[in-house]
Amino acid sequence: MTAMQRLLLQLPVSAVNMVKTVQSQVQGQEEDKSPVLTPDGVHQAWYSALQPDELRHLRSGGSGGGGGGRGGGGGGGGGGDHEEHSSLEEGGGGGSIFQSQPLRHDDLKEMLDSNKDSLKLEAMKRIVAMIARGKNASDLFPAVVKNVACKNIEVKKLVYVYLVRYAEEQQDLALLSISTFQRGLKDPNQLIRASALRVLSSIRVTIIVPIMMLAIKEAASDMSPYVRKTAAHAIPKLYSLDPEQKDQLIEVIEKLLADKTTLVAGSVVMAFEEVCPERIELIHKNYRKLCNLLIDVEEWGQVVIINMLTRYARTQFLNPNMNESFLEEGSDKTFYGSDEDSDEEEEDKDKKAEAPMVKRKPYVMDPDHRLLLRNTKPLLQSRNAAVVMAVAQLYFHLAPKAEIGVIAKALVRLLRSHSEVQYVVLQNVATMSIKRRGMFEPYLKSFYIRSTDPTQIKILKLEVLTNLANETNISTILREFQTYIKSMDKDFVAATIQAIGRCATNIGEVRDTCLNGLVQLLSNRDELVVAESVVVIKKLLQMQPEKHSDIIKHMAKLTDNIQVPMARASILWLIGEYCEHVPKIAPDVLRKMAKSFTNEEDIVKLQIINLAAKLYLTNSKQTKLLTQYVLNLAKYDQNYDIRDRARFIRQLIVPTEKSGALSKYAKKLFLAIKPAPVLESPFKDRDHFQLGSLSHLLNAKAGGYQELPDWPEAAPDPCVRNVEVFTLLERVTTLTSVPEWTKCSSREKRKEKKVDKPFYSDSDGESGPTESADSESDSASGSESGSGLEESGSGSESEEMSESEQSSEEEVRKHERKNKLRKSVSESESDDEEESESESSQSESEDSESEAEVKKKKKAAETKPPPKPVKKECKKEKKEMSLLDLDDFEPTPSPQATPLNSFLSSSLVNDLEGLSLSDAVLSPAAISPCSALKSYELLHRITGEGLCVEYCFSRQPFPPDANMVSVQMQFTNNATSDTKNLHMEDVKLQSGMRVNEFTEIELLPAGEAASAVMGIDFCDSTQAANFQLCTHRRKFFVSIQPPVGELMRPVFLTENEFKKEQGQLMGMNEISEKLTLDVKCRNEHAIVQRVITAANLSRVPCGSDKECRFGGRTVTSGSLVLATVSSREDGAAQLTVNCEKMVIGTMLVKDILLALTQ
Amino acid sequence: MIHSLFLINHAGDIFLEKHWKSVISRSVCDYFFEAKEKAVEPENVPPVLQTPHHYLISIYRDKLFFLSVVQTEVPPLFVIEFLHRVADTIQDYFGECSESLINDNVVTVYELLEEMLDNGFPLATESNVLKEMIRPPTILRSVVNTLTGSSNVGDKLPTGQLSSIPWRRAGVKYTNNEAYFDVIEEIDAIVDKSGTTVFAEIQGVIEASVRLTGMPDLSMTFMNPSLLDDVSFHPCVRFKRWESERALSFIPPDGNFTLMNYHVSSQNLVTIPVYVKQNICFFETGPCGRLDITIGPKQTMGKTVEALMVTIHMPKAVLSANLTATQGNYRYDLATKVLVWDIGKLNPQKLPNLRGSLSLQSGAPKPEDNPSLNIDLKIQQVAISGLKVSRLEMNGEKYKPFKGVKYLTKAGNFQVRT
Repeated sequence: MTAMQRLLLQLPVSAVNMVKTVQSQVQGQEEDKSPVLTPDGVHQAWYSALQPDELRHLRSGGSGGGGGGRGGGGGGGGGGDHEEHSSLEEGGGGGSIFQSQPLRHDDLKEMLDSNKDSLKLEAMKRIVAMIARGKNASDLFPAVVKNVACKNIEVKKLVYVYLVRYAEEQQDLALLSISTFQRGLKDPNQLIRASALRVLSSIRVTIIVPIMMLAIKEAASDMSPYVRKTAAHAIPKLYSLDPEQKDQLIEVIEKLLADKTTLVAGSVVMAFEEVCPERIELIHKNYRKLCNLLIDVEEWGQVVIINMLTRYARTQFLNPNMNESFLEEGSDKTFYGSDEDSDEEEEDKDKKAEAPMVKRKPYVMDPDHRLLLRNTKPLLQSRNAAVVMAVAQLYFHLAPKAEIGVIAKALVRLLRSHSEVQYVVLQNVATMSIKRRGMFEPYLKSFYIRSTDPTQIKILKLEVLTNLANETNISTILREFQTYIKSMDKDFVAATIQAIGRCATNIGEVRDTCLNGLVQLLSNRDELVVAESVVVIKKLLQMQPEKHSDIIKHMAKLTDNIQVPMARASILWLIGEYCEHVPKIAPDVLRKMAKSFTNEEDIVKLQIINLAAKLYLTNSKQTKLLTQYVLNLAKYDQNYDIRDRARFIRQLIVPTEKSGALSKYAKKLFLAIKPAPVLESPFKDRDHFQLGSLSHLLNAKAGGYQELPDWPEAAPDPCVRNVEVFTLLERVTTLTSVPEWTKCSSREKRKEKKVDKPFYSDSDGESGPTESADSESDSASGSESGSGLEESGSGSESEEMSESEQSSEEEVRKHERKNKLRKSVSESESDDEEESESESSQSESEDSESEAEVKKKKKAAETKPPPKPVKKECKKEKKEMSLLDLDDFEPTPSPQATPLNSFLSSSLVNDLEGLSLSDAVLSPAAISPCSALKSYELLHRITGEGLCVEYCFSRQPFPPDANMVSVQMQFTNNATSDTKNLHMEDVKLQSGMRVNEFTEIELLPAGEAASAVMGIDFCDSTQAANFQLCTHRRKFFVSIQPPVGELMRPVFLTENEFKKEQGQLMGMNEISEKLTLDVKCRNEHAIVQRVITAANLSRVPCGSDKECRFGGRTVTSGSLVLATVSSREDGAAQLTVNCEKMVIGTMLVKDILLALTQ
Repeated sequence: MIHSLFLINHAGDIFLEKHWKSVISRSVCDYFFEAKEKAVEPENVPPVLQTPHHYLISIYRDKLFFLSVVQTEVPPLFVIEFLHRVADTIQDYFGECSESLINDNVVTVYELLEEMLDNGFPLATESNVLKEMIRPPTILRSVVNTLTGSSNVGDKLPTGQLSSIPWRRAGVKYTNNEAYFDVIEEIDAIVDKSGTTVFAEIQGVIEASVRLTGMPDLSMTFMNPSLLDDVSFHPCVRFKRWESERALSFIPPDGNFTLMNYHVSSQNLVTIPVYVKQNICFFETGPCGRLDITIGPKQTMGKTVEALMVTIHMPKAVLSANLTATQGNYRYDLATKVLVWDIGKLNPQKLPNLRGSLSLQSGAPKPEDNPSLNIDLKIQQVAISGLKVSRLEMNGEKYKPFKGVKYLTKAGNFQVRT
């Protein structure tokens, strides 16, 4: 209640009063504190009181929303529908309807007021059906809104639907529902939190802007990525409601951009595009992460991200085609070139900066530019046409010319899709085929037209065919065109004739052939065909008239038959223009035209005047009288254009005493040589619009279109995309639990060494900071501490991702593969060394070290005789490995389930983990808890003959059985041969305990790692589960013993609930212990951190910062476990654990004590 | 992004509207109706229209227009693809996408639309996810619902939406575990008057119907994957495995879905299963014409050609057809001027023939052009490209599923010019 009251303070006084009244009434009547209206009387009074407000709102809303409509009769729309609709418009929000028809929907109101959910549901269904059909149901608002807190989920959902639809019209009443959603925002169930935020943000009521803002901010740091996704969705909603919130919203966007889950990525980029597309600098730090996540983002998000990244790349990288001649080798070489050693990289950067100035220097592609191209390429295989198109436009705008070809195949594939998809794709292909004809040439036949294609598709295909025509394929294309001319679809035929004309102008060799073909068409039966041919022939003849007087003669004859004005006009113009080629016919034509002058269309009349004038100038003897006759007719024409023209021409050509100096130049004016028209594609130069966009399709800027920037002259500093490694390390070290400390620092050293290799550090840092910055940052730190393999940096996000990356890069590095193989092997070996050094005892580590040494040599010998160790070669290898660390590393043993073996995705894992630590929901300021998972050794690789098994308690629910603790197993095969049929057998358990075995791993190749999840029901005891781990060769006896802290799962409690529960667990169930806190552990942050590491509990909110509370339940029996740590300034503290299972309580006290004091 | 959606029937009535942002008046559709009037065929309505304040992007599916209104820049394909997804979902839920079915289930459709978009941006479009939230209506369920009072709306968060495999719902259980795959190939061809193939290609699709318990991980390999030239996948297929091993590795969605689409590389010659001998001519004198069509088998790979059908869009001037068919029957639709000859099985011994006269409208000029023939056919148990599935394996679950692969060849856009 307190939170709500606080929020209510921000509401205007009237609204607050209103809500308060309701509350007091409600509190008086019902125990349930929901803001339910009293069923009768009261709300009606409010309702009519609201009217003036409402109407005002409606008026403003009407001009905004329906502005585009022209109101009038709906073309083919049914009359009845339309009437209804107009009444809706007039009736508006319902105030007036309510008054005029007070009895309307009474039955529905009655049903809504009833106690039966089934009746309510029925009523809501009928109401939603009304909304769906566009009928007005706004007068039911008061009756509906009070069901907002209904227990029945389906009723609730429908009420939400109603609310979102009408809240804008009934703002004040809608406020009554707000508190329900505010409560929902704090619900432990992420679905309820998310849906509350979704509805809250969809209610377009300006008064609640501050509430929405607060809710979005809180949700943006929620544990559940689903809720964060909803927050991202809410951002543009709030922005459209109140653009003044922009600055605050950008902050939230910035925060969410750093999110590393695939679930959030698409939504937040969409928010970015709607709110602040100009703030491109926000992308810098997230660029690499977005590129790497891309393949796992849902398809719609992919489209938005790819489009945004296209724009980003245009501002940050250099034009790969600026040095066309260098291109062929350039694109390949640069890739490797740019990964040269660190010092060389420096040089490269210099080069890049100089490149535009000194054109001769080879272009070097930024590795980030390459990363984008490489990571988007597999998406050409998406089933979603929009994704394919997005990638295609990215390649078109960003890729080196030599690489663009790959998109053609995918685009051609889309031509098999729905006709609307074809329509859009063909438009884009038409634009592309002008710039890069070669890329579609192999697919020429795919653009052949079928008689069943819709006309608009036919015409677009024709456009593409015309663009693709060249000397080699023109004969095929013309033959194809010939069949099209016979089509029954006349619009299409006309377009074909135009296309022939264009081919003829573009390709000199076939001009005569085309012309002859077109002349044959002049005898076509269809007048439209003839007319179109005339127009096209006219254009062609203009290019070389002297050769074709016979054609002109032929056309002159056509004037008797052809009636299409445009064609007649064309013929007349042609005869006039080239009258010296047809000196005998021209005057005769003029004679005929003079006869029919009055019946002609205007454009024809104008051309008759032109013809007359030209003839008068060249052949005045024969045509003087005719010309004067025509001019006289024109003088009295109804059209003033024609009258003007006649007057003007008379003055110009007929010499009189008054005529000015101009008449001397009449010949020059009329008989000047006119340049031939250029027939060009309507798609020419359309590529200044980003392809695939609406603006491109319409060839006009659409609202909100973001210009595709030109390439920069000099590349901006690529360092902006680097993510600082040092901060990462600091964070990692502070967040990792104490026992890992030593290991961490050693890793830190190693990392520091690598920092000077820029590329490496990039890829390493890129996922790191975002991960650790993120609240549920488990995978990064988890894998770091667990496996100690630095390569896991981004690899740990999911195996699949790195896999795909690997694939896309496959061709590029095929020839390098062997080298690298050896590399990565040795790399992993060395890692092992270090690991064993830090983890196992001295003597053992010596052992393993020597063993590893031996193996290393062996392997090196096996894979390939090492290339002659030239110094440079060595160097190259080094940097190569740093480049390829992402994809080349042998599958990283990350503690996350790999998609192959267990089917919990990393994002789900994250989320579930997030759930378990849901404290941040309550206190956004709370530190981000780290769930650095401690891993334990199950089988050492010496005893396991190369098979190394580690396990950790992943703290996720085990889906097959909620009473089981989920144990994540990590198998690494360090042996030289494959391990097969890895499974477990002969499970020995204490009574009551149960085990859910992990699925058999059929094959674990040498050097590979795999993971699996098993579930164990420990019956709330710390007894070990013993079993045999079997491979195809051997069996190993192993056992898993849980620390007591892993036998519980977090529960969500409020402060009050906590106190209440604690009160019931007094006496024997309470165990207290005094302690002195470790020096490093004297702040709230550290305490929470250590307790949560020691036990799988969640934080319970607490007013005082001197006290930290935690809650959980044991996994099997569900007994409550409550822990309290109250500390004093001097480090003295008291730990209290309340649990009805005394054994667990005692052990837990011990464990937490240890964690806090060490 | 997407502001509003209107569903419009063939006659031009708006029968459903949904707004994701502020309400936009129906009158915005007038621009669309105008364009619809102008375009004679519904297929010719431009998918993207510009109005003073809005952009209208529409698709035409199953005699319905799905018209969406957008106000700002958005990739048109994004909207078009989404609208098709809406139509697919409706079809998936109710069996077909028709006005009457949508009207019968208007609340469910409305709820679906509510879930599919949030503020105009797609939220949940995977059928498996949607079905967990809003269960499709079945007779059994409606009976159970009325008896027990339970609802059609799921009350828990669909796990799929959170995982990296959003296409599969969790906790799937079947007593019979089955995985069936249909490899369907379509021949697209243009054959010219003389019988030469102008253009031919094979497009294939693998339709899957998978009902397996738990989280099965399937992998499918082909005998001759090199045939496949261009492929596109359902999101469940792992790109990487395809790139490296040419194997389809995936955790399938539950139920029916399209696993992949492929294009057979153009290097391979396309076998054309039938040949057509035709002679259609219109006489200069007298209002009549003659038609004579014979179809025979060409390369059928030893299988029978079934469901053979010839469709001819006649010129407008053709009034009626007086023909005799040696096999099957024909009908000529006067209104649409479409002649359909349904042949059925092709008997190689006795070739089907259709001949007779066409009568033309008197006074109308002789049609310039002969209509082209569209051929439909089916060949069971063979993929015309020769593609064969070699293995289908399942990992991750213990039981043995029933597996099956079926092949089918169909004519796609198979056109004979005359």
